[in-house]
Amino acid sequence: MEELQKKRSRIMDSRPDVSTIAVCCGTGCQAFGGEKVAQAFREKIAESGLQNSVAIKTTGCHGFCERGLLVVIRPQNIFYQRVRLEDVDEIFNETVINGKIIERLLYITPDGSSKITSEEEVPFYKKQMRLIFGANGNIDPAEIDDYIAIGGYSAIAKVLSSMKPEQVIEEVSAAGLRGRGGGGFPAATKWKSTREAEGEPKYVICNCDEGDPGAFMDRSLMEGNPHSILEGMIIGAYASGSNTGFIYIRNEYPLAVKNAEIAIRQAEEYGLLGENILGSGFNFSVHINRGGGAFVCGESTALMASIEGKVGEPRAKYVHTSERGLYDRPTVLNNVETWANVPLIINRGSAWFASIGTENSKGTKIFSLVGKINNTGLVEVPMGITLREIIYEIGGGIPDGKRFKAVLTGGPSGGCIPENLLDLPVDFDELTRVGSMMGSGAMIVMDEDNCMVDIARYFLKFLEEESCGKCVPCREGLKRMRQILDDICEGKGEESHLELLEEMSAAIGDGALCGLGQTAPNPVLTTLKYFRDEYISHIVDKKCPAGVCKALISYHIVNENCTSCRLCVKKCPVGAIEFVDKKIPVVIHQDLCTKCGACKETCKFNAVEIR
Amino acid sequence: MITLKIDGREINAEPGKTVLEAARENNIYIPTLCVNEAVAAYGACRLCMVEVTRGNRKRLVASCLYEVAEGLVVETRTERVVNIRRLVMELLLARCPNSSEVIEMARSMGIDSSRFQSEEDDNSCVLCALCTRVCREVVGKSAISLVGRGTNRKVALPFCEDTDACIACGSCVYVCPTGAIKMEDNGDVRRITWPSSTHEFKMKKCASCGSYFAPEKQISFMIQKTGLEAEKFDLCMNCRP
Amino acid sequence: MPEISVKNETLNCILDRYKRDRGQLISILQDIQAEYNYLPREAVKFVSSELGIPLSQVYSVATFFKAFSLQPRGRHTIHVCMGTACHVRGAAQILQQMENETKTCCGETTKDGKFTLESVNCVGACALGPVVVVDGEYAGQMTVNKVKPLLEKYD
Repeated sequence: MEELQKKRSRIMDSRPDVSTIAVCCGTGCQAFGGEKVAQAFREKIAESGLQNSVAIKTTGCHGFCERGLLVVIRPQNIFYQRVRLEDVDEIFNETVINGKIIERLLYITPDGSSKITSEEEVPFYKKQMRLIFGANGNIDPAEIDDYIAIGGYSAIAKVLSSMKPEQVIEEVSAAGLRGRGGGGFPAATKWKSTREAEGEPKYVICNCDEGDPGAFMDRSLMEGNPHSILEGMIIGAYASGSNTGFIYIRNEYPLAVKNAEIAIRQAEEYGLLGENILGSGFNFSVHINRGGGAFVCGESTALMASIEGKVGEPRAKYVHTSERGLYDRPTVLNNVETWANVPLIINRGSAWFASIGTENSKGTKIFSLVGKINNTGLVEVPMGITLREIIYEIGGGIPDGKRFKAVLTGGPSGGCIPENLLDLPVDFDELTRVGSMMGSGAMIVMDEDNCMVDIARYFLKFLEEESCGKCVPCREGLKRMRQILDDICEGKGEESHLELLEEMSAAIGDGALCGLGQTAPNPVLTTLKYFRDEYISHIVDKKCPAGVCKALISYHIVNENCTSCRLCVKKCPVGAIEFVDKKIPVVIHQDLCTKCGACKETCKFNAVEIR
Repeated sequence: MITLKIDGREINAEPGKTVLEAARENNIYIPTLCVNEAVAAYGACRLCMVEVTRGNRKRLVASCLYEVAEGLVVETRTERVVNIRRLVMELLLARCPNSSEVIEMARSMGIDSSRFQSEEDDNSCVLCALCTRVCREVVGKSAISLVGRGTNRKVALPFCEDTDACIACGSCVYVCPTGAIKMEDNGDVRRITWPSSTHEFKMKKCASCGSYFAPEKQISFMIQKTGLEAEKFDLCMNCRP
Repeated sequence: MPEISVKNETLNCILDRYKRDRGQLISILQDIQAEYNYLPREAVKFVSSELGIPLSQVYSVATFFKAFSLQPRGRHTIHVCMGTACHVRGAAQILQQMENETKTCCGETTKDGKFTLESVNCVGACALGPVVVVDGEYAGQMTVNKVKPLLEKYD
């Protein structure tokens, strides 16, 4: 253990006092050119010969995705947002060399009153409690030394040198750590159960399948700070009596796979993984398994089947997987964020951890705030914070002056929460009480232009596609529910459909084999509960109030606004818009219109409306 | 022995038995579609679901998989259970509107029609997977499997045409509860029709009476498995000493 | 499109990369797909015999997971994200426009072999929604009008 401490000091000493340009290279910022910008900075540094006083660091996701590409100049923490390749020269010359701030790249508060210079003062970050996620901005995930420099791996040093496995379990139990993947099951209870179960070898698994659409917390953690997860797994393995671990990463996250592979390799090189970790005699090795594009593989038994090289078919869990899991051996399966919390608990103590959050939901939770929201991104907050605070104070509210309609939580297993419930605290239990659930943390905000019936249909279609097909209620039942929703959205709905949907929901929820099918009815049930009037509109009036369901809407020209500029005529992919004459509004031919929306998107004069 | 209650009746069962086995041993009826003694329980049809109470916890479980426990209270016809069965049968009726077995089973549960629109084809496959499970667990050839995912799933040979592993033994045909796999012997050819494709297999001729009695591939398989000389399999059942 | 013929050396190299571990079947198939742009039948059969997994099981895995294609795919693969966050921002319109512009249906390949159009259920870049990924490159904040210019970048 002293080896590790010495190594840390050596790393810190060898790091000169330099300016560091931290460029966010999470998947989101990559799309804004992160890698290219980082490369451009590298070239500027080389050109200027300042390698000894200026460093570049490519980091993982910082979380403020709405304002990507993010570049932070340290140590002053000057925060630049919406950076593009063209800005590199100016940033280098003005800020890095001359210490001057480039105003136009600063974050400006929505009321226009202040320009924020330093990262800590950005309101989006300030209102969060970034205990887990905050480290992302300071480390290059491909550099283990970065993680060690910020204190990484000191938790395993503490555990392996001074704690018995049972003590680790007690500590994590006292902290009240509940699974962050959606289930909320106490992590320490799983570990204890596996420790006490019969059967060898025992396994620990990290679930990085993150199937809930709209969720990207786990992606950003695995991409940006894979060592924090490895460290958590080593501790969990030690506690539960396992020497072999698996990280199951969804196929759609290639960067997470890459960074996890690098991290494992580097940890092995440093003796932090493999045989005789830190000279303690404890062995632990980790393998990566990739998913193949199946939401159902986020379910524990399906995930394990997939690791065994089989199709992702779940099985009954009358015996917990902590006793009979992977290859029928005792297995601990925890989510990425759960694992990332473990080193924190060991380092700072269970009492400290338990002081954050609510009575039954300790610690922080990372949420992905997406959809119709101003500040799209990742938000880490103590549990117990209200939905309103997350959406309005951190999220900055709804863009374009539109009205909030509902927030979807818990993914396809959850439901919608309407405006009048926004003061609910967010934790494992509160949202479940009103029919939804906190789930893995995806929060999809919807406004007046979203149709709740369409959303119910969307989720059913999603689950129908993702159903493994093993059990009748899910395979056949979800398809039939989706067909009913199709009918309702196409104006063929009948009042009896609503009762039928409710009846089917009860039977499918009771009869389905696994969590996918059992919770599949939730989006339908919650939208029926809080937005029944929208369903009635579709069924009785054959209208879609939000203007979404194609069969019930049509696109029209607002004659007073039309200037006959003909832009829409050109954009229409099916030639449905006719130019009549210079001073006369154009005409949309309803029989040709496919309601693609191109005309409305193009028009600069608000001359296209949906009726 | 473990003592448990099923529908108010106290019964005894050996530890390790499932609730379904215990019920059947005591002539208590629980409907099933995907159960067969020859293969491990699968839990796919959900018809065998029952409501169990253990301590103060009540749960809906598949009785073909749930093991008996001391003091367990099992109810096989609660409202929730009956609703699940009704839904399953209505869904299967809509999926296989022309299957006499499905119609008969539904009728026996008091269900004469389905509120869902019927599929148009002659499909009788309810995806109980008994065929694939028998082929894998009993025959050991894994010649067929469930292909695809969700509502598109089908029982099929690899690439819907690769008969290399199939020995045409007909086990899948025998075990299918709805006759969805058909087999026809015509002279020296056996034709098997799966839901996704039809194939023909050569039959072996008895060296004595000349009748075609078994598929050649099945004979080869048996020779390989038993290690006996090939000549032992030259005669049909009737002509063997 | 006709099947590609595979080289055993290439396949053996992939199998060795994963230490011929049956549990790594999905990763093995993915690397094969990355090599040939789809899963050639010969390759599937090779994996089955080399790893000792029944062909029917390998085929089941290849057809269960959406990532795999048993048909040769186009030169460029377009993935339109249909996750909830992208849906709420209009992904359905983007997909429709993609179908219009490529003149092909979702899940299929254009007749000239240029594009394969697929949907994917969330790539985790939700802040950029609606997102389209072409050949691994992410294009965010898509609009119906941006579809044609995006496709024109590829030949």
